Order: sequence, then structure tokens, then C-alpha cells
Amino acid sequence: MKTQQEIFEILKAQYPDFITTQDTEANELAIEVPALQINSVCQFLASNPDLLFDSLILLSALDDANGKKNSEADGSFEFDGGTLSVIYHLESSKLRHKVVLKVVVPREKPEVESVSSIWQHADWEEREAYDMIGIIFLNHPNLQRILMPYDWDAGFPLRKDYKNPEFYMGIKVP
Amino acid sequence: MSIKTEHMVLNMGPQHPSTHGVLRLEVELDGEIIIDVKPHIGYLHRCFEKHCEALTYPQIIPYVDRLDYLASMYNEFGYVVAVEKMLGIQVPERVEYIRVIMGELQRIASHLVAVGTYGIDIGAFTPFLYCFRDRERILNLFEMTCGARLLYNYFWIGGLSHDIPPDFVRIAKEFVQDFKGTLKELNNLLSYNKIFVERTANVGILSVETAINYGITGPNLRASGVKWDLRRDDPYSVYSKLDFDIPVGQGLQGTVGDCWDRYYIRVLEMEQSVKILEQALDQIPEGNVQEALPKRIKPAEGQIYTRVENPKGELGYFIVSKGGLQPHRVKVRAPSFVHLGIMGELCKGHLVADIIAVLGSIDIVLGEVDR
Amino acid sequence: MIYDSLIELLKWLSITGPAASAIAAFINSIFPVVFIIPFALFAVYLERKVSAHMQDRLGPMRVGWHGWLQSFADILKLIQKEDVVPAQADRWLFNIAPVLAFVGSYAAFAAIPFTSTYVGSGIDLGIIFIVAISSLVVASLLMAGWASNNKYSLLGAMRSAAQIISYEIPTVVVILTLLCVTGTLSLYQLSENQTGNIFNWMIFGGYSGGWQKFALIPFMLVGMVILFISTLAEVNRTPFDIPEAESELVAGYHTEYTGMKFAMFFLAEYANMFAVSAIVSALFFGGYQSPFGYVGKLLGISWLVPFEQLFWFTMKGMFFVFVQMWLRWTLPRLRVDQLMNMCWKYLIPISIANFLIVAFLMAL
Repeated sequence: MKTQQEIFEILKAQYPDFITTQDTEANELAIEVPALQINSVCQFLASNPDLLFDSLILLSALDDANGKKNSEADGSFEFDGGTLSVIYHLESSKLRHKVVLKVVVPREKPEVESVSSIWQHADWEEREAYDMIGIIFLNHPNLQRILMPYDWDAGFPLRKDYKNPEFYMGIKVP
Repeated sequence: MSIKTEHMVLNMGPQHPSTHGVLRLEVELDGEIIIDVKPHIGYLHRCFEKHCEALTYPQIIPYVDRLDYLASMYNEFGYVVAVEKMLGIQVPERVEYIRVIMGELQRIASHLVAVGTYGIDIGAFTPFLYCFRDRERILNLFEMTCGARLLYNYFWIGGLSHDIPPDFVRIAKEFVQDFKGTLKELNNLLSYNKIFVERTANVGILSVETAINYGITGPNLRASGVKWDLRRDDPYSVYSKLDFDIPVGQGLQGTVGDCWDRYYIRVLEMEQSVKILEQALDQIPEGNVQEALPKRIKPAEGQIYTRVENPKGELGYFIVSKGGLQPHRVKVRAPSFVHLGIMGELCKGHLVADIIAVLGSIDIVLGEVDR
Repeated sequence: MIYDSLIELLKWLSITGPAASAIAAFINSIFPVVFIIPFALFAVYLERKVSAHMQDRLGPMRVGWHGWLQSFADILKLIQKEDVVPAQADRWLFNIAPVLAFVGSYAAFAAIPFTSTYVGSGIDLGIIFIVAISSLVVASLLMAGWASNNKYSLLGAMRSAAQIISYEIPTVVVILTLLCVTGTLSLYQLSENQTGNIFNWMIFGGYSGGWQKFALIPFMLVGMVILFISTLAEVNRTPFDIPEAESELVAGYHTEYTGMKFAMFFLAEYANMFAVSAIVSALFFGGYQSPFGYVGKLLGISWLVPFEQLFWFTMKGMFFVFVQMWLRWTLPRLRVDQLMNMCWKYLIPISIANFLIVAFLMAL
């Protein structure tokens, strides 16, 4: 049983290059991990005998909506710049401790390494994150839409600047 | 001479009697042997998470009902616990007890549907109606409390919409008494039926490692032999004051973690729910259920992940607030969504009929899968 | 025999030769239809009521007193339904399959004695004829499954072909066992032999007399159970309704059928239910024979006896139909491999062993 802070210290010692900060503004602490290192960090977390994070509870993606807002005449808007983030809640079923990781990626190039090779559960969760927010998971075995139609090309619905298309396959979208 | 053979692709659903809703399974078959099963979901996608971003916190509760529509009370439970934690509200003891009572009644109702429809999947129709007879009595209890039978909007942030009516405790106790007998009836009719056991034992065996790797929780994980129940391991509400056991699968008829175990664990959990209900109905204190209702629900900036033990598994709400009246992001960890991911793994190498047995045993509700 | 009386009647009308035979045979063959159709309607109603009462509900209550007209309403509905044929179906086979299914089950009634005065055809190989002709159903199911051009139908048809052919083996072995004891294959002869009282029924060792009669009782019981199980499988009833297992194969071979064509399959199913019940009762439970003796004989009214026999025949048949329904609404469904295992690993060896023991007993 380790606290988030202790796990943070272990990670900091293991990866001094890139793990430096914890996101403290939220009332849930989250260790920030670079997008292209998440797989190796998770591999370490899953296999280290002191940590043994064998279960991914939740993978959620969100639009931080912190870019420059370009409003248009009809009230819709688009973000220019800003970030998207992916949040990982991990738990060890054997040692019963939890940790929260956070990956922040720029909106223009939302590429994150997939962790589905470590936890099968991530397969569908990552597909959902791709479907809804548009995070592109590198090395994912089958990255396609899951809840929306496979050929949905009007963007990613849970982004704050998402606009409903007028037509989908010739049918008017209400 | 070699004969050219090809695999047959069979589409099960979206309209199919046993997919428990609008689910499409793309099944690749070699004769009757399953090579692969690919679930295709999203037919019931109702943009729940998108809606939440445009609604205030109390307005979300009716939407939450519609996730797992067989366990609406428990969905509300999880949501209000999360928001109360964000706001830092302590709710009165009476409210907590009523919530636990409603939650456990809902658990019984949900498991009754799971067990009953599982009977149908295997081909026994009669137990289903026996289960529904009892579920009807639970729904009547809910109806007398809040006026609704399926989607309640009963749990409010910081309290409840109504106090329980004066007769409630008496009628609930009568139900609990009768229900013990009904469970025995169900066991005699279905659980130990030779054909039923033949069909379900040693089918779709889920090992502990696979289960944890796939994020399986709730009864399905316990059926594989892991004693993991959030009511005990990450307690919320007043569960820590109540005495109950956590049944785990023991492989009584076959191997630990087979379909029969997953079925039987639900029967055992109903027994434990009865035990909790008996205690809670006796201990329920007096009080005002609405005294802690906050005037203004506007959580401070931040994020939170809280989880409860829904009848299907671990139901979690990840809520991000930017300090407004509406949440910035609500992400639901829907147990059914997670559990459906394991279909392909469990079905491989079995026969067509086993798809139904496996799908029924993991007990999904498509309202929650697709959100 | 009604057939002979008809020939006499026609002779009186100065019709003789092949024409007379044809007319008499035609009229003779009307009787089972008159029996089957009302029976099927009633059986559908009975099935609904039996299932409803087993499941703590009421069943149909609106159409007529306690819903007794419900089946007629259903038939009216089915007649009005549009006849849908899938675009890619093999039209010819698709249309002929339901007719063939009904023909198979209807032809089986030819050799079943309804009373001592009526049997469609008194052929000596009656029971073997029934087994043979009811195999026609397999062809029709395969046709339906193949012609529908639907994967569920095809799977259902394949399963039912395998199932029905496998389960014919234990059926025939049990029939051979009876042949050992009685020396006849004619159901009429068999039923006639079991007359007198209830202890002359084959289930109680038959009319053979002597110590063998008592020695035979347990083996007859085993034979009866095997025959009942395997005939249950031949008519695709739960727990053997795998070809149409609605929870996995939607409706099996008749998924694509609508309206009257579907009704034909339905009719054939219920006719089959009665046919196998009649066979079980004719082989083991005295057929049309009364368990006690006849009121007609007691009072000296000879024309009453056939009606009494028809009553007993219907009652015994209905009882087994009821047992089939009872099983259907209690038991889950087997899986296809378990079904085959049960046939090849249990029923066939047991029935053969039973046959050998009975043959040995009879040889002593």
C-alpha cells in the first residue's frame, strides 16, 4: 500500500528526465507523463514488484478548452491551440493502491502511445477516447470508432468546439 | 485431394432475441465452432457525456438513470456520492440508510433480471417469470416511494426527493421474508438443473489474471474467485456498519470462473442483499431527509473519480469541474462496457450456442455500454 | 374396418374396381385431417394455457371464455398475412418445403389405429412405415433451411437433420425390442393384442403370460423411456428444440417463413407431437384400448365401443402431449454436441443392451 506521493517519488527516481511534476490544481493529484513515454512508464508500473499495477480502472480523455477561441458569426467557435489530456486511473488489485497519471498533448497533434499491450481493458477505452475526443493512440491494434458510426467524418463529438454536421449519408441530422 | 473450406461469418443482431438489446456480434464460424467474436456497439448511443456538459449537476440525475436502466437507483447512488464528495457535504444518517436500502433492493431487482434472462438464454422460460414476479414487488416498493417504476430521480445531491412512506418498512420486511423462499424455489428450478449445469459449467472460463487485465469487476470478477467488493474494500455510505459476506466463485459444478459460477454468484449476492436489507430496515434512524440539501450546487475547480459497487460491477464517475454550474467533463466507467470487451476472448473455441451462454453470464445492459 | 365398409357401400352404388378403391381410400384419408386440424388448434391453446399456469400467469383470456377462441383468431391472422419470399431464396424449394413437412407428419397417421374399426392402412409393417415416412420431415427441413438463403435457417436445418437421423436409431432399436416380444410390426395388431385389462399393456410385460411377463416389466420401462426421449427429439421439442433454438438461431429453419407457410410448419409440429404420443401409447400403453373394459360391451351396445376407444386413444395421446408441454416449460435446452452425445453414448448403447436382454429372456 503506497500513497500517490510515494509512487511519484519512485517514478521520479526511475525517470528523472521527464517525470517532474504533479498536477496539483485539481483536488485529485495526477502525475504528468509525456505522451510518448506513457507506455514505458506504465510497463514499469505494471511490472515493478513494489507497485504491481495490474489493473487500469479508467482511461478518460478530455478537452481542456484552453486554446484561443475563434468565434464565428453563427455562434459556433473553434479553438486554436490548447491541449487535450488523457487521464489514467490505475489500481493494484494485490497491493490495493491507486495512482493517477495524466498526459497532456497539443490539440494539433494529439498523439499518445497506446497502453493496450499492457492492459487489454485499454483497447476499448482508447477506441472510445479516439472516437469522442480524437486522441490518436500510436501502436493501437485496432484504432477505429466504437460508439459513433465507423464512417463518421464530422469530427470528434466531445471536443468543445464540435459542430453537428448538417447531413450524414444524405440524411438530415436533427 | 484437399477440400477448400471457408469460414462463415454470422451476424448476430442488432435484432436478435438474445443480445439483450441492440448489440451486433460479428461471429466467425467454422461449422459451429467459433473462431472469433467481434462486438459492434453504439446502436444505443445517446450522447450522455455530451449532454452532461450542457446540464447543471442536479439536472444530470435523470440522465444517469438511463445508463443502466435495470439499476437506476444505483447509478444515482454513484453520481450523488461523487458530487457530494466534490462539494464536501455530509448527508444525514437516515438518508444514507434509505439509500442503502434502495440500492440493495435495486441490486436484487437487477440480479433477478440477470438470472431470469439467463434462464431464457439457456432455454428455460419459466424461471424468468418467477423472477419477474418478485421484481414486480420491488418495483411496487419504488413506486410507492417516488412514483416511478424504472427511472426514479430519487436520490438528490445531499438528500432524497421524498422520505419513505410510513408503510414502506413493513412492506419491505414482508418482501424480504418471502424472498428467501423464492430464492430456494429458483435454485431448485434452475440452478441445480442437470441440463442447465451441463450447458453452463466449464463454459467460458475466465481466469483471474485475464479478468483483472480486462478490467472486469463486480460479480464477474468475484465469480473468478477474487474477493473484491467496493462496498467492503472502498467503503462508501454506511456499508461499513453493516454485516455481510462477499461470496466468491468456487467452481462447485465445474471450474472456477465458468458461466455457472457467474450465474450462481448473483444468486448468492441476492442472499447477501437480503441480509443487508434486514439489518438496514431495522437500524434505520429518524431524521429529515432533506436537511442537507445544498442551496447552490457549484463545486470548486478540480476533478474527482468516485466509484460504487453497481449490481453489474464497478460504476465510476470521473467528473471534471471548471468551477461552473455545469461539469466540464463527465466520464462514466460503465461496467457493462468494460465487460463486453471480453466477449471475444471468452467465446473462442466454443460452439454457437455458447455465445449466448457467455453473453448472458456477463450480464450487460446496452444502455450502459453505449451511453 | 371403415375402408371395407366403404367398398361395400360403393359396390351398392355400383362402383367397383380401381375407381371404388380410389374413392374409398380418399374418403378414408379424410378422417385424420378432420382429427389433426382441430387437435392442432386445441393443442396450441393448451400449450399456452399450460405454460401460463406453470408460470404464474393466466394466458389468453380475452377471445371467448378463457380465451378458447384464441387459436382461431391466430389462424385468421395468419391467413391474412402477406406471403413474403426472400428475394434471394430458391422459390421452388422454399414453397414446397412446408407442404412436405405437413405431408410427412400427415402420412404417419395412415398407420396409426384410432379405434379397432378405423386405421388408415392396416399394413403389416405399420410402425416401420411411420419411422420411414416421418423421415420425409428431414428433407423438408433441409429444403427450408437451404432455400431460405439465411445462415440461421441453414444452421438450424443442419442441426435438425443430424438430430432427427441420429435419434431414429434408438427408436428403431426399441421397436425391434417390441418385435421380439410381440412378433408383429402392425400397430393395429399390437393394439388389439393389448386388450382386456391394464395389465395386458406392453409396459406391464404384455399379454405373453408366464414368468417372462414379470421379468419383462423393467426392460419395457427402460424401452418406453428411451422411446419417449428419442421421439421427443424427433419432433424437435424442448429440451431438444435445438434446430429452432430461439435464443441462438432466432427461429431456425422457419426464420424466413410467414403467414400460412409458417402455419404449415406449426401444424406439422403439433401433428407430430400427437403422432409420437400415439405411437408411444400404441406401443406401450394399449393404444386405443380401455384400461378397464368397455361400457359398450357391458350394455351390449356394440356401436359404442369404437367411440369409447377413440376417447381412450385421444386421452392417452393428450396425456403424452401434455407431458411434452410440461417438459418444455420446465427444462432448459441442451447444446448440440450434448444432444449428440446423449444419443450416441447413452440412448443407443442402453437400447441395444435392453434389446439383447429382452431377446435372451424371450428365447428362454
